[in-house]
Amino acid sequence: MRYCVIEGARLLDPANQLDQVADIYIADGKIQAIGHKPSAGEIETTLDGRNKLLVPGLIDLGAHLAEPGFSQKGTIASETHAAARSGFTHICALPDTKPVTDSPAVVKLIQEKAAQAGYAQVLPLGAATQGLEGEQLANMFSLTEAGCPALSNARNPIKDSYVLQRVMEYAATYGIRLFLSANDIALSGGCMHAGPTATRMGLDGISEAAETIALSQILLLAEQTGVTLHISQISCGRSVQMLKQARDNGLNVSADVPLANLVYTDESVNGYNSHFNVLPPLRSEADRQVLLAAVNDGELAISSNHRPHEIAAKKAPFSDAEPGMSMFDCFLPLALKLVNSGELQWPALVRATSQIPAQVIGLQHTGLAEGNDFSAALINTNAQADWSQLSSKGRNIPCAGEPLKGAVSALFVNGAQVL
Amino acid sequence: MNLPPHQVQLTEDGRLKHFLTTEGLSKALLTEILDTADSFISTQERAVKKVPLLRGKTVVNLFFENSTRTRSTFELAAKRLSADILNLDISKSATSKGETLMDTLWNLEAMYSDMFVVRHADSGAAHFIAEHVTPNVAIINAGDGRHAHPTQAMLDMLTIRRHKDSIEGKVVAIVGDILHSRVARSQIHALRTLGAAEVRVIGPGTLLPNDIEALGAKPFYRMEDGLKDCDVVIMLRLQKERMQNALLPSEGEFFKLYGLTEQKLALAKPDAIVMHPGPINRGVEIESAVADGHQSVILNQVSYGIAVRMAVMAMAMSGQQQPTALSEEA
Repeated sequence: MRYCVIEGARLLDPANQLDQVADIYIADGKIQAIGHKPSAGEIETTLDGRNKLLVPGLIDLGAHLAEPGFSQKGTIASETHAAARSGFTHICALPDTKPVTDSPAVVKLIQEKAAQAGYAQVLPLGAATQGLEGEQLANMFSLTEAGCPALSNARNPIKDSYVLQRVMEYAATYGIRLFLSANDIALSGGCMHAGPTATRMGLDGISEAAETIALSQILLLAEQTGVTLHISQISCGRSVQMLKQARDNGLNVSADVPLANLVYTDESVNGYNSHFNVLPPLRSEADRQVLLAAVNDGELAISSNHRPHEIAAKKAPFSDAEPGMSMFDCFLPLALKLVNSGELQWPALVRATSQIPAQVIGLQHTGLAEGNDFSAALINTNAQADWSQLSSKGRNIPCAGEPLKGAVSALFVNGAQVL
Repeated sequence: MNLPPHQVQLTEDGRLKHFLTTEGLSKALLTEILDTADSFISTQERAVKKVPLLRGKTVVNLFFENSTRTRSTFELAAKRLSADILNLDISKSATSKGETLMDTLWNLEAMYSDMFVVRHADSGAAHFIAEHVTPNVAIINAGDGRHAHPTQAMLDMLTIRRHKDSIEGKVVAIVGDILHSRVARSQIHALRTLGAAEVRVIGPGTLLPNDIEALGAKPFYRMEDGLKDCDVVIMLRLQKERMQNALLPSEGEFFKLYGLTEQKLALAKPDAIVMHPGPINRGVEIESAVADGHQSVILNQVSYGIAVRMAVMAMAMSGQQQPTALSEEA
């Protein structure tokens, strides 16, 4: 056997109770040994991991890759490259593409483009309803068969509780995972969190109830149908409580929070900076604290909610700008900002970006343990983020220019070094 | 980039270079606007009304939302400052045909204008324009969405000051559709800074924004409570579409609860003044007897409006130039 060895990195993986400086040996795409040299075989390549951190590859539970359909905003190649530079090895791509990811053909197209690009692995989320219109069931079984780890309706509304119930029942029949966003469309007319800042700025607010009402509807129907459920992109502290209560009642439900909602609050909107026009909206400091606590307690995954835009899409008065942030170029620096300020613990960050997402989508054999597939990021936590080198086509990066730290020096996807 | 509006509108030495909002402006600066406006009122009573402060300057009235009254007073104010004025009505539908706001601005910049007077349906639009036009173009906000209508608020301040001597210590009630009102927001900031004792907002729950207390206003649901011992009553215009959006049942019920009648006005101080930014809906916000009554100063507001607009235009243009420009030209 011929090995690749990464020497002297700090290996961090709470799922395997790992936090130590050790050499790690890789061959055949798998981890062969940690901390001791395998008895047979020779070293082919050596990577210097000293003063660096090796963590399991990040798995994103929701990103907009803009392709097919919006090539002025991004391509699968550009966006997966940016994702890789933040340490992502797997990305669940949201289905609001053009055409919508509601047929196996589109799923296949995305998979092929991603394989061609050769960065992070893309797992397309199929549409739960045809055209994401919320009225008729998409070919849910065929989409799953084509490789979708789960189905989602993005943030598009499902027509009514009848259709929602049928979507869940049909998914439950075949053990299909559902990713649902909780937003009551009638209460979601605004462009930012309904609070003192919105009142002062004269912007239409989106109340907490827009999320909690939809969430309660989803949770009650899930109880009845027994579907495998994940809630995408929660933004309210109250939702954390509701999820806890549902789990206490025996419901198997997971959830993620977009990184932006852990870093920013509605007060970021103060200068009418359209970069902070994002869905779900950035909420109050109290919400942010509850969400951070839930991540630190291992209750929530962190997603990127990456949504790249060209300059023109954001160069408009706040409410006219297209919502979304380009997160892949800044995900690692922003996450490290939370770690460096002490708001987020390292093990919690690793758990929320790799262990929990892997469980949510049923990805097996991940994590830093002998015998597992080697998907991991070697991170230099002291390197300055370089804003002159952006990989995403998105120019809507909320923190570009800020002196932040964190860069990936090497990335492995199933044993292959892609960066 | 992306400073809060009240910082964008000031020069480094704290003078006005745009006028986007009353929020965050110092008491001294707001008082300077009022004093300058006061001095223009006397020029307006002369046979020759023009002063040469903006001679040779081009002012563009850039109205993305229809407005005859506000536009006319800005036009008159610009003319009395001897500026050349261009009126552009760009209805929202024209820009939504593909030309973005930025495209429109780049076209106008090519005309070498010195000042844009902007009205737009989006909150923050004037601020957006101030950040994206070339330097040396002053932006005057003539109303942006629900955010601000600072010249209207300042003419209201001038009205109060001229009729009640001072704003300090006064109790002011603003009545009606606070939620959608840019006028109310600008008034609240100005009143607080200029030392009003209490700013009250009165309306039904559907038309009072949450967290209005954070702006420094005290909410009331009933006129009987809110009007008690007020020095100033400001009525806001009620838009008809509020009935369609399930915010109000009918004009009749609104008038019954919040319409200003002589009986309700009697709850305020006997010498209280009644104001309205206009145009008034008689029998909806206010009954004719009050609108035309001796406590009403509604028509005075209109004439003060020209003086206030002359003041902020002159000050902002001066802020775009060398520090001494205003005094030299005057």
